[in-house]
Amino acid sequence: MRRIRAAAVGAVTMSFALAVSACGGGSSTGGGSNDSPKTLTYWASNQGASIEIDKKVLQPELDKFEKQTGIKVKLEVVPWSDLLNRILTATTSGQGPDVLNIGNTWSSSLQATGALLPWDAKNFDKIGGKDRFVDSALGSTGTEGQDPAAVPLYSMAYALYYNKKIFADAGISKPPATWAELVADGKKIPKNIAVLGAEGSNLSENIHQVFVFAKQHDADFFTADGKPDFTNDKVVAAVKQYVDLMAKDKVIPTGDAENAQNQSVSDFAKGKQAMLMWQSAASNLKAQGMSEDQYGIAPIPVQSGTPGTGTQVNSMVAGINLAVFKNSHNLDGATDFVKFMTSDEEQKILNKAYTSIPPVKSAQEDPAFTDASNVVLKETLATSAAALPQVPDESQFETVVGTAVKELFSDAAGGRAVTTDSVKARLQKAQQQMPAK
Amino acid sequence: MTSTTASADPGERTARKGSPGAAREPRRTGRIRRIGLPYLLLLPALVLELLVHLVPMVIGIVMSFKELTQFYIRDWGAAPWSGLGNYRMSVDFDAPVGEALLHSFFVTVCFTLLSVGLCWLIGTTAAICMQDTFRGRGLLRALFLVPYALPVYAAVITWVFMFQHDNGLVNHVLHDQLHLTDKPSFWLIGDNSFIALLVVSVWKGWPFAFLIVMAGLQNIPRELYEAAALDGAGMWQQIRRITLPSLRSVNQVLVLVLFLWTFNDFNTPFVLFGKAAPEAADLISVHIYQASFVTWNFGTGSAMSVLLLLFLLVVTGVYLLLTSRGRKTADV
Repeated sequence: MRRIRAAAVGAVTMSFALAVSACGGGSSTGGGSNDSPKTLTYWASNQGASIEIDKKVLQPELDKFEKQTGIKVKLEVVPWSDLLNRILTATTSGQGPDVLNIGNTWSSSLQATGALLPWDAKNFDKIGGKDRFVDSALGSTGTEGQDPAAVPLYSMAYALYYNKKIFADAGISKPPATWAELVADGKKIPKNIAVLGAEGSNLSENIHQVFVFAKQHDADFFTADGKPDFTNDKVVAAVKQYVDLMAKDKVIPTGDAENAQNQSVSDFAKGKQAMLMWQSAASNLKAQGMSEDQYGIAPIPVQSGTPGTGTQVNSMVAGINLAVFKNSHNLDGATDFVKFMTSDEEQKILNKAYTSIPPVKSAQEDPAFTDASNVVLKETLATSAAALPQVPDESQFETVVGTAVKELFSDAAGGRAVTTDSVKARLQKAQQQMPAK
Repeated sequence: MTSTTASADPGERTARKGSPGAAREPRRTGRIRRIGLPYLLLLPALVLELLVHLVPMVIGIVMSFKELTQFYIRDWGAAPWSGLGNYRMSVDFDAPVGEALLHSFFVTVCFTLLSVGLCWLIGTTAAICMQDTFRGRGLLRALFLVPYALPVYAAVITWVFMFQHDNGLVNHVLHDQLHLTDKPSFWLIGDNSFIALLVVSVWKGWPFAFLIVMAGLQNIPRELYEAAALDGAGMWQQIRRITLPSLRSVNQVLVLVLFLWTFNDFNTPFVLFGKAAPEAADLISVHIYQASFVTWNFGTGSAMSVLLLLFLLVVTGVYLLLTSRGRKTADV
């Protein structure tokens, strides 16, 4: 019987984990305090090529903060794959860090848990005011109509990276500006080189891409009142167009359907692939041995014409936000830390290190952010990027639609037809898996 | 009996020599000590069992009756009651949530039966082959146990590399060297993912079967085989008439343990496919994880866990009943 009981307990592992943390989380509903004014715990997301690189970038800055304020910051760099679960566990138990990085697309979902400090006017005043930040970055900080749940830290945008030598050898004189041009260019590239990379099994990456295609089709995944609307004809057409890059146009190799660990970035860096759609890839490519003069950078293609607002959106507003845990034991110190990290000086240092764009307007003026690659990213963020839906169900949306796209890529790779009906069926299933409203 | 007990206890004998009143006290203390000591020794285990297993299980059952989403995760006690709503949703096989759970359940049952069957077959065969002494037997035994000894994550991630479409060893051998396939196959997505999962599970699980069966074989007297050989029984007859019946009780435990481990296996599919497993390899453990921690429907996830618990209890109960009945019949 002991074995049965052990197995039975194993069967409720999921609720078990939740329950254990809930048992220990007596203070989960409590507010914050300033009981520990001399220390802070900071969970940084893994931004660099490795956790060690992140530590090398961040530690000198944290030491600087300690010198200025006397507050010691304990740093933990958390890999992306673990970050959301770690935040969720901390939310449940109430035993979390004081300050943490969150993916900006999660802002609204995490805001709904009530675990993050709201950034009202008073709190924003403590860090220099809301006006210091660019509007597009502020658009991904929480549910519309509510005080932001976080403050923008690093901004990123998608761009098209292309291998100059492969393009020159294939006789392509300029990067494609539209999807039709990209497909046509693909035919000129030798068969032994992949045309365009994708991460078909990476749910978030799938969402970022199909969101942009949806915008280009003038469609949204949610209605104005926040209800899922995954099966409208324009969304279906948008998702199909993206998957068709593999299924019909054959510019994305079928092997990329199982990519989930940034293999497409490695393929591009090694010269096995002509183009890559990625957000702020410079530091990643450099870490993999590709020098800046080997590749060019251009806006992500659009349906026609040039990128802009409305239907010529060519990137999501990507980036990282900085949030404060509501039940921090050093609320004042945490706010000081956010002020430090979003100061002009730190914004320049950190965004240079991560080759991202500062979401702080004054820091953006630094010459380091005015070279050709950064101009493309800045221009995209300023004029043709849109924030992912800021709804509490965003995290679920990423999972279910990202999975639907993964399955469609799997169909395409396996030689099964990807039709409007099959795309619609997958999206319908995804929509039905969303929490009922 | 009484005299035996009395004579066996020197303390009691000494007390009997003195006054009757003086003898009663140490006797009672001794009995209390005898009765109480086992419970006292069990107490830490009981308390830990309660804290680590039973309390969370009860909380998990309570959660399954609640509408627990990200809105209440910070204070789950305040989540509104949903009654049987989560259970109804889980077993509504015409709706997507129930349909997906049922699909996942069937995948898991097929996977478990195949995996346990193959693990048992390979493990038993290997153990029987290793029964006779020969040069290098110790080394082979140690090698066989390597998959069981390796950390699961390291082992499964190595399989991920091997199963990769473009650069994986599996496709290199099957397609490039042996030319068994027209084109390189996908193992980590699509229908083949079930085969990939099965291969890794069997690779990881059979050494345990080998270990247990090998231990069971040590208890079979050699004379039985010698007598059978003298009577003209061949190898297969010896296995069928001596080895397998002698291993019955070992196999009962082995199959049950393998079944429960395989049915609940979370590490292998999660490391192999990540948080969104392909439909063909959507095992129930990852499915429930996804419902709970990826789509943040903790109430529904808890309800699914409780349903799984009930299923495993029923299966285990039936299995134990059948096997104990078989044992009783054999005893008669």
